[in-house]
Amino acid sequence: MPLSLNLSPDKQREMLRQMLTIRRFEERASADYLAGKIYGVVHCYIGEEAVAVGVCSALEKSDRIISTHRGHGHSIAKGADLKRMMAELYGRRTGYCKGKGGSMHIADFGIGMLGANGIVAGGIAIVTGAGLAAQMEGKGGVAVAFFGDGASNAGPFHECLNIAASWKLPMLYVCENNLYAAQTAAAATHALSDIASRAAAYGIPGLVVDGNDIVAVYQAASRAVDRARSGAGPSLIECKTYRWRAHTERRNQPDPREKEEIEAWKKRDPILALERRLKEEGGLDEGERSTMEREVLAALEEAVAFAERSPFPLPEEAGEDVFSA
Amino acid sequence: MRELSYSEAALEAIAEEMRRDPRIFYMSTDPILPLLQEFGEQRIKATPITEAALTGIGIGAAGSGFRPIVDWRQVTFCFVAMDQIVNQAAKIHYMFGGQVSFPLLFRATVGGGGRVAAQHSQSPYSMFMNVAGLKMFLPSTPYDVKGLLKTAIRDNNPVISFESSRLLRLKGPVPEEDYTIPFGEALVRREGRDATIVALAWLVHEALAAADELDKEGISVEVVDPRSLVPLDAERIRASVQKTGRLLIADEAGPTAGFSAEVAALVSEDRATFARLKAPPKRVCALQVPIPYSPVLENHVFPDRNRIAAGVRELLKA
Repeated sequence: MPLSLNLSPDKQREMLRQMLTIRRFEERASADYLAGKIYGVVHCYIGEEAVAVGVCSALEKSDRIISTHRGHGHSIAKGADLKRMMAELYGRRTGYCKGKGGSMHIADFGIGMLGANGIVAGGIAIVTGAGLAAQMEGKGGVAVAFFGDGASNAGPFHECLNIAASWKLPMLYVCENNLYAAQTAAAATHALSDIASRAAAYGIPGLVVDGNDIVAVYQAASRAVDRARSGAGPSLIECKTYRWRAHTERRNQPDPREKEEIEAWKKRDPILALERRLKEEGGLDEGERSTMEREVLAALEEAVAFAERSPFPLPEEAGEDVFSA
Repeated sequence: MRELSYSEAALEAIAEEMRRDPRIFYMSTDPILPLLQEFGEQRIKATPITEAALTGIGIGAAGSGFRPIVDWRQVTFCFVAMDQIVNQAAKIHYMFGGQVSFPLLFRATVGGGGRVAAQHSQSPYSMFMNVAGLKMFLPSTPYDVKGLLKTAIRDNNPVISFESSRLLRLKGPVPEEDYTIPFGEALVRREGRDATIVALAWLVHEALAAADELDKEGISVEVVDPRSLVPLDAERIRASVQKTGRLLIADEAGPTAGFSAEVAALVSEDRATFARLKAPPKRVCALQVPIPYSPVLENHVFPDRNRIAAGVRELLKA
């Protein structure tokens, strides 16, 4: 029985659309960054789309997530508005953070997106607090920490897995193991090849999942979400995946990875994999695929146009929002 | 009026606020027993000794509609949470464009005199004053600690309550009825003509003792207690210095880039106040060293009433 059987074609098409949206958004963000329209630094999520979309497809809008410096994908997967995202990247007042955050700090608390976070492992504790809040609210909410292989070596990962396990917090810890922490290979800094095996130290389930197989990600996440909602506590899910692009979009960004390795992973494109599966199962034809592509690009163009016609903040707005009223 | 100790007054503030608002909960490595007995382990959480995680969890719970209190106990323990304090708590409201509030109280004792050596005798509040996005206060009396804690708990921002370890057993009048003390309001503890002493916490009491001593010599000293560090009541400090023409700042922390430097700058850069100065501002601070253990060494490091009085006499000679 195909793994995808318990996912309706509609839901799978929606997943495909979201992954495609992330990919096209990132391509545009990279291009506009190199064109000087987006400032600072941009980290692209291309190649890892199945993780954000697979996990977020298993969540409700009221569930909360936190992201990393590579946060566009999680924002889109949780339902963020492309216009406000792009406006934020463009440094405009209409952006999610009124131009105060930029690419590394997209947040939308209204949809449970507690922010991209520029500090590796910085968000893990914060979203564990959201998990504690969900437990205290008692409405069955869950919280999800997205983080990378690099963060799994940092203190907050271990501290929070221990606390979440001890307190049975409704948490998913989703490690996107893209094999590199910035430019350093995970193999050089991890004694064990599977980060998920660390779950045993905290007495919680640890699963290794093919992070480029969105159905596998969705199913693992769904089981972990069920477990969390039932009060049984947190899970650690390690999604093995790969980022196609360098750590950041900076020109001359050093990238020590072998070309062959990058090319081999590109052959395992998560978007193409779902597309093929859907077509094989009769859930998508060429015409629908082209329409989807057109609609995704149109939404992106609309977002870019919104960003471009949005005003920059007034300089003195730099003094606002330091404190809440 | 009835008297409570500084730590009893703090506890009372927390208990009263927790009765008033069910969204408040408390995290600390060892739960405070009276709170645990009254509010139970759901709201008084015993935690592992992981201040980084606790601080972050507090931020996340605050952003999710709760009003957490994270008790670091001694300020020294919060240094393992500096990423969460500086990169996250202080910036999260601003960085995300003010989307939601983060009502969050941190508690930490500061100060020396306990013969517990360098790591447990610190007064690093100026490090935090330097970070935009945090409010903080350092009370000198039981009355103030209660009123300021209540204000902090009702504030919609991360606030650090620095509480003086030397004053925990100090008794003073505390009314039974509900009251709060606004941030950014310094208090003139004693009025005087010849010099202003700006002092914090324990050193407020030392400054008052020095003022008594100086009074016998015919020197009239005004003692100003800022109470809150961020926001800092520059206006009242300047007004006092404009009146007396002389400023001494007494701080249990070292002088370098410290609270004392900030007060000296606030006074000196203000034209009206600078014009009234009859002498350069003087700082009486701890030596710029880690705090040593042996009583002979530790006593030498900290300022006290004698050094404050000597400093005021020097100001008057200038």
